[in-house]
Amino acid sequence: MSERSANGQALFEAKSLRKVFPGVVANDDVSFAVGAGEVHALLGENGAGKSTLVKMIYGLLRPDGGEMRLRGAPYAPARPGEARAAGIGMVFQHFSLFEALTVAENVALGMNDAPRARALDARIREVSEAYGLPLDPGRRVGELSVGERQRIEIVRALLQAPRLLIMDEPTSVLTPSEAETLFGTLRTLAEEGVSILYISHKLEEIRALCSAATILRGGKVSGRCDPRAETARSLAEMMIGRALAAPKATDWKPGAARLSVEKLTLPSAEPFGVTLRSLDLTLRAGDVLGVAGVAGNGQDELVAALSGETRTRPEAIRLGGAPIGGLGPEARRALGLSVAPEERLGHAAAPDMSLSENTILTARGRAGLASRGFLRKAAAEGFANRIVTEFGVRTAGVSHAARSLSGGNLQKFVVGREILQKPDVLIAAQPTWGVDAGAAETIRGAIRSLAAGGAAVMVISQDLDELMEISTLLSVISEGRLSFPVPVADITVEQIALLMGGGARAEADADA
Amino acid sequence: MDLSALNPADLAFSLIVAATPLLFAALGELVVEKSGVLNLGVEGMMILGAIGGFATAHGSGSLALAALAGAGAGALLAALFALMTQYLMSNQVATGLALTLFGLGVASLVGQGYAGQTLQVSARLDIPGLTDIPVIGRLLFGHDPLVYLSLVATALVWWFLNRSRAGLILRAVGENHEAAHAIGYPVRLVRVSAILFGGAMAGLGGAYLAVVQTPLWVEGMTAGRGWIALAIVVFAAWRPWRALLGAYVFGGVTIVQLNLQALGVAIESQYLSMAPYLVTILVLVVISADRARARLDAPACLGKPFYASS
Repeated sequence: MSERSANGQALFEAKSLRKVFPGVVANDDVSFAVGAGEVHALLGENGAGKSTLVKMIYGLLRPDGGEMRLRGAPYAPARPGEARAAGIGMVFQHFSLFEALTVAENVALGMNDAPRARALDARIREVSEAYGLPLDPGRRVGELSVGERQRIEIVRALLQAPRLLIMDEPTSVLTPSEAETLFGTLRTLAEEGVSILYISHKLEEIRALCSAATILRGGKVSGRCDPRAETARSLAEMMIGRALAAPKATDWKPGAARLSVEKLTLPSAEPFGVTLRSLDLTLRAGDVLGVAGVAGNGQDELVAALSGETRTRPEAIRLGGAPIGGLGPEARRALGLSVAPEERLGHAAAPDMSLSENTILTARGRAGLASRGFLRKAAAEGFANRIVTEFGVRTAGVSHAARSLSGGNLQKFVVGREILQKPDVLIAAQPTWGVDAGAAETIRGAIRSLAAGGAAVMVISQDLDELMEISTLLSVISEGRLSFPVPVADITVEQIALLMGGGARAEADADA
Repeated sequence: MDLSALNPADLAFSLIVAATPLLFAALGELVVEKSGVLNLGVEGMMILGAIGGFATAHGSGSLALAALAGAGAGALLAALFALMTQYLMSNQVATGLALTLFGLGVASLVGQGYAGQTLQVSARLDIPGLTDIPVIGRLLFGHDPLVYLSLVATALVWWFLNRSRAGLILRAVGENHEAAHAIGYPVRLVRVSAILFGGAMAGLGGAYLAVVQTPLWVEGMTAGRGWIALAIVVFAAWRPWRALLGAYVFGGVTIVQLNLQALGVAIESQYLSMAPYLVTILVLVVISADRARARLDAPACLGKPFYASS
């Protein structure tokens, strides 16, 4: 682009990159350039080829065609180690961390020539303080919050003085204040001349942070722009290639109580789990309760308790007045409580089973996919096809394994499967995590209309904008405590941010 | 019952001898499991090491050669396991069980000609002055070199896992192989190396059993020691020094059992023979009872197959 050729040579250049996987062209004729000290956004829907592209830059995949140049010289890393040696650092979306190891050990693993333990500890402290990312090298990663874990990845990358830092959806798991800190760090780095390739779904962030953007659609570059001169809406439309439907304000008239939780206290069975402390909540028909909070504050435990994977005293959880705390997931489902868990592969769906088989797993009762002990395969296929059509799941067919779908597509399928069963109560954890803007809109719309039809919904998410958009009530989970739900209209982002930082506990203590 | 017939120094001495094969095999399996691979074929690798060591000692009379041959035989069988589980992606549990059966079969076949034969390989340390010290002299300075090797190996495995970079990479691979791959470590190579080391150690343990502990070839002479070694790894919570403790505890149970039988305790001998195995089961149940604790200790990717393409 002319802007960059003006400040001289681009630091990194990709020319006509091509990568083909069996049956799909993941990247086709992808060219872009990143200047020194530039924060460059890489935008695109799920399956647009962003991950494939950065994996090639980081040496995890080899391009089938085209070339890359670093400081003008040909660059073709065969291994991540070579990429790191060439000055490329990467912060992964799903952290490449080892929970049972310490911070220092994790950092050492990501370095090509790690110094001795004591020197490394000192350097970790030094770098983490210089960039406002406090870290204790001796702590076990399993004990750390998600924000702290991300700091490890960033510090690990920074210790090798990278020239190009790739950030894959870095803020999807951070609180607003943690994200602000991160932006500060990234701006400092850019001023020091480090280039940043920034991948995110959060368009506002990209507008605030990036000075250039390359947009991918279907594996090809579909546009280039300066995000500061665009609106979030125009960026989203460039990304999905069509106009977005504006969200409608919901008419909210809560009805009778559907699900109530009373004084639920539950110690966690997991080694690094969170204990739920004296949870109280009521979901009425028509409610969409948004539960905000930083990951690892009891969300997983709450979902397990509500779904029936963890049993409680029967009276602690009531569904339409009936005590269900002692029932398992299948019995709760039959009574009308559906759950779409966060982890798609292995928890929400069986990876090696086909999509239609996966519908049978949770919908056999409510959608009539089995009778007298026999499976009704045709009905299951029909139901799976309905999910695929209504939620725009991109798949070659419902007989394909769940594993073959991209993360966002499987997420649409899993959420769609629960919504189409018309539950009375739906618990959805991170319903749009990793899902692109268009599909997220579909999912949110479906959740809203489910609530409008008289169901009660709980959405657990770390995406505050999303919660503000779809919820009628909002509550924050922090250290296993849930704040009192407040109508969304009466709360500001600042108040929520305060609660996420442990304010829920202060409030609970004040109540006591 | 005449307890005076028991000599504490003799008991301690035979305890160490009984524990050494367990220690070798457990250390090897510990490293294998730390890399995220569950090899249930320890018993098969041990017995192959036993016949390899026995045959070599029978022919050459050398303890060193026998130890090498045992380790080699164990590693050879482990290489088969590595090929099947790491390259052909077969199921680790099923392959490990098959390895045990296969090893037992091959060992009986090879060992046909040696059935009932005895060995005379003496390589006890004898340091004039030190070994002659009453009671502790023989206990500390009167063993064969392999006993000392097993203690050195414990220290080395500990150092490797906790202090060396290669050990850190091995633990990382066992903890999260996707992440290790993403950072750029050769997951498969690390695991194959660990499997071969585990096989060599199991084979060495088997060779010690057949050449030193009971210098006599009997079909199926490992008699479940491979399984006990597997149990010791869990008992040890994947820590080398606790594996040493575990091996000595289990070795001790075996010795006590044998001595009680020799003393003619009025219990059916079958019950006494059962004792070490019952203790194994008991210990495993007690250790696994605390689910959170057990999960924290175990390598997170233990037994999970790794597909390099993803």
